[in-house]
Amino acid sequence: MATETLAEGVAQGGAAVSSCLGVNGSAIGMPQLCADWMPNQIFWLLVALIAIYFFLSRVGLPRIGAVLAERQGTITNDLAAAEEMKLQAVAAEQAYVAALAQARTDANRIVAEAKAEIQKDLDAALAKADSEIAAKSADSERRIGEIRAGAMEAVAQVAKETAQELVVALGGARDAGAVDAAVSARLKG
Amino acid sequence: MATEAEGTGLVFHPMDQFIVKPLFGEGPVMWYTPTNAALWMLIAVACVVALFVLGTRGRAIIPSRLQSVAEVFYGFIYKMVEDVTGHDGVKYFPWIMTLFLFIFFSNMLALIPMSFSPTSHIAVTAVLGFGVFIAVTVIGFVKNGVHFLGLFWMKDAPVFLRPIIAVIEVISYFVRPVSHSIRLAGNITAGHAVLKVFAAFAGIALIAPASILAITAIYALEVLVAVIQAYVFTILTCVYLKDALHPAH
Repeated sequence: MATETLAEGVAQGGAAVSSCLGVNGSAIGMPQLCADWMPNQIFWLLVALIAIYFFLSRVGLPRIGAVLAERQGTITNDLAAAEEMKLQAVAAEQAYVAALAQARTDANRIVAEAKAEIQKDLDAALAKADSEIAAKSADSERRIGEIRAGAMEAVAQVAKETAQELVVALGGARDAGAVDAAVSARLKG
Repeated sequence: MATEAEGTGLVFHPMDQFIVKPLFGEGPVMWYTPTNAALWMLIAVACVVALFVLGTRGRAIIPSRLQSVAEVFYGFIYKMVEDVTGHDGVKYFPWIMTLFLFIFFSNMLALIPMSFSPTSHIAVTAVLGFGVFIAVTVIGFVKNGVHFLGLFWMKDAPVFLRPIIAVIEVISYFVRPVSHSIRLAGNITAGHAVLKVFAAFAGIALIAPASILAITAIYALEVLVAVIQAYVFTILTCVYLKDALHPAH
């Protein structure tokens, strides 16, 4: 049994390969302290480190550095652009406010002008209307006077004729002159 | 020996997962042999390349998901380097990024069942830790000359205490790479060994549910540890680098 295991271990490459391996292929003590394997590890470690260093310094890090720098640049540019746009917005707002104030004063002025013009037109129209009314009322006055005069004349005529007829009807003589004189005297009185 | 020969009993081999094996054949592990350790380190490299090539393929202003991930890694480590070491440390950023990404992906890939964890090996973490130590010391002397030794000489301390503090500082300085590398390897090794122990208990039907629950919980903890250890290694590297660049206290 024991010799079999020993033979098996040797066949597996245990003791024959390294002084750090037992007969059954497992480690004797700590493999970390096995001097047989150290040159191999040191060699491959140096290979790995030099490979990583050259890769990083030639390719890896410059790439990332460039990307980060580009991003930083883009961010800075965008911030500057945003600042500029903000200033533009403020300027636009100021221009808007100024334009609004200007428009307001203009509107007020235009309203005042329009009012003055309308007032002028109105005054003129009123004056014209007044004069027309005055002319018309004077005319009416004159015509009323004429009518009134006509009416008085007619009244006198009617009164004279009526009085003559009354005189005739009462058996008096038709004396037109006397009746007219009497009526005229009566009308005056 | 008896339990192992039976083969059916409760057999613990929590450390077997750390064995370095050749990928092809059964020969001895030479320094150039493509091993499982090499494979998983190269997969980590492939992941880094994939993340940064596929992620940034669009070079989009508004990033895709993968690009956001790559950008988060970049931004996180870049900010860490800048915050801790200052502006003059930024030129070492690719090195620190290399360390972080290698450790991060090695740790995370190691959590895939049946995978291999390179960062659990002291050979790997020691190269990383002592590499950082030597690099930082060289940078310190090149940048500051003799003034770099001011790191150990406390000008604020009372005169008679300064030599004592200097001795302590020197000792702590030389302990740095040791703690730096053992911290990483120890954390990863311990976590994976514990997972393996609980996995062995899952072979017993009676306690299997509890064991599987425990594996799940520890796995979640290990995900956390994987990220945190990568972070800790990186930020300590930054701190050491800061000491080298600005040694005056």
